[in-house]
Amino acid sequence: MKRASRFPYVMLAIGFAFLYVPILLLMIFSFNESRLVTVWGGFSLKWYAELFRNEQMLDAALVSLRIAVTSATIATVLGTLSALMMGRFGRFRGRLLFTGMITAPLVMPEVITGLSLLLMFVSLEGLIGWPQGRGVDTITIAHTTFCMAYVNIVVQSRLVGLDRSVEEAAMDLGARPLKAFLVITLPMLAPALVSGWLLSFTLSLDDLVIASFVAGPASSTLPMVVFSSVRMGVTPEINALATLLVLVATVTILIAAAVLWRQERERDRAVARAVDAERRA
Amino acid sequence: MTDAVLQAGAPGPAARPEGSRPGAVLRRAEARPIIEIDDVVKTFGEFVAVDHVSLTIREGELFALLGGSGCGKTTLLRMLAGFERPTAGRILIGGQDMTHVAPYDRPVNMMFQSYALFPHMSVEANVAFGLRQDGLPKAEIRDRVRQMLDLVQLAPFAKRKPHHLSGGQRQRVALARSLAKHPKVLLLDEPLAALDKKLREQTQLELVGIQERVGTTFVVVTHDQEEAMTMADRVAIMDSGRIIQVDTPHALYEYPNTRFVAEFFGTVNMFQGDLIEDEPDHILIRSDALANPVYVGHGISAREGATVWVALRPEKLAISRTRPDRAHNWDQGIIEDIVYLGGISTYHVRLDSGALARVTTQNLERMAEPDITWDDRVFVSWRHDNVVVVTG
Repeated sequence: MKRASRFPYVMLAIGFAFLYVPILLLMIFSFNESRLVTVWGGFSLKWYAELFRNEQMLDAALVSLRIAVTSATIATVLGTLSALMMGRFGRFRGRLLFTGMITAPLVMPEVITGLSLLLMFVSLEGLIGWPQGRGVDTITIAHTTFCMAYVNIVVQSRLVGLDRSVEEAAMDLGARPLKAFLVITLPMLAPALVSGWLLSFTLSLDDLVIASFVAGPASSTLPMVVFSSVRMGVTPEINALATLLVLVATVTILIAAAVLWRQERERDRAVARAVDAERRA
Repeated sequence: MTDAVLQAGAPGPAARPEGSRPGAVLRRAEARPIIEIDDVVKTFGEFVAVDHVSLTIREGELFALLGGSGCGKTTLLRMLAGFERPTAGRILIGGQDMTHVAPYDRPVNMMFQSYALFPHMSVEANVAFGLRQDGLPKAEIRDRVRQMLDLVQLAPFAKRKPHHLSGGQRQRVALARSLAKHPKVLLLDEPLAALDKKLREQTQLELVGIQERVGTTFVVVTHDQEEAMTMADRVAIMDSGRIIQVDTPHALYEYPNTRFVAEFFGTVNMFQGDLIEDEPDHILIRSDALANPVYVGHGISAREGATVWVALRPEKLAISRTRPDRAHNWDQGIIEDIVYLGGISTYHVRLDSGALARVTTQNLERMAEPDITWDDRVFVSWRHDNVVVVTG
């Protein structure tokens, strides 16, 4: 019996090892003295120093961040608007078609998305002279396009869970529809907007394929630089970069989780107190 | 509750003295109409939700719309609030045509079944929301919010967020918020449905107390017959989009106009029969379910030979072991079941025709030995003036 009960834990350990050992190895080797990625040559921080001296890498990181922030913001606005149209304005002609079409980029192969966008940019330039060449702008537009689909999904699912009568209550109390939306609906959608934005931000930061299609000569994003340098051989510098990225992501997630957990606990306590007070009354 | 609050919250008629509801009903018979629903129809595609409804609700009344789910009561309420536009007909509020006026321009407020509190605002801000939309001065808003929170006894919770409150407290916030603007009419959509049974019974009377204090007209939608009886001055019973009967709870119970109302409003023994004798001073009804004819001491407006229904309330039937010495208004059968409920007992009597009669008796004496028990042969009888006859 005892052996049978140990089995799931072993499976769990194997599963987690499969997921995390590679990342752990990568982090360990970022502190490797040796130039050879697979041979341990002693502890050192020299690759981190090297990383911060690498102008090309730092420039690419800045470009990536700029694109990610801009496209995530535009995608959040457009995605929210489209979600509202689908979730709040009842049935209109072609609603089903639109619902399908807005989510299509989620399943479309990235190569096709990238290629089609490239074709569009080139022909647009020929027709109206904009966008001139390809660069940060075209990548931003391309990222906005596919991020919008994700935001739409996130916001729509939150919208479905929202009690419609809360908006009606606002209007019943004298707020006009636009005001009811801004003062009541929007704050209630805030968590979905934040997670939609964060999702878009990471997707944009992470994208290699689409960016490669629509990028210009002076607009290499971080994934593009990493990928091209890896093709010439992995340096421990990349390990250092990856370690930093993992660290930032982990810390962000931990902070978010801690904030959520504290809110939850405070809420539970307050409800318990309220119920108590009512019982005594 | 302070007097200041009472006066401040009383835009309608003066607060009526406690415990005077029957008198209040009579007085209000002359009160002005506040809501006039004139031949209103509402269809959703093929489905007719509200079917030619006309109804007048008087100022200061606590009016209930009662019916099963899908009977159109909520749709009617939402048309009063302005969330649905009637397909046909007119709605007048305070004498003005409001049929096509948007919700935010109507002098009515609504309390939602889900309470619909604004989750990101404190209790205070929730109650103040409507007043802010009107652009009232800050000091006045503060005073009104204070009064409202006192009225529902939530002043200590003013700074809390709704999710920091219990269900009963949330319900009271919703009530305070919808009353804060002193609406001409307060619409309540199943206001107590989300509370547990014990709290619900207590809150019913609290709600009536608050209504009496502020004097606002209340229109309550409910599916709960007991709730309507406990709270309302008058009740409209709805079925498949139509209003079947509008009356006081007492009249609905004792003088139902149809089989539907008799069966929906309380428990009833219903026997189908034929009108065999129709005189101005009495009628006789013959039913296959009853061994003897039913005699009623007044005439009804139906032809001889017409199909009618005899409705007998369980508490108006008497049960005994001795055979009544008259030719009508009794039957006999076997005790099939006894439901003992403490204060009352219900006897299920299987009549010789096979029909079932339910008889309730009060258990008045603590030491009394029940002399009727299972499988006893008993006589069921009733007084002729306790018979309700309906024709449809």
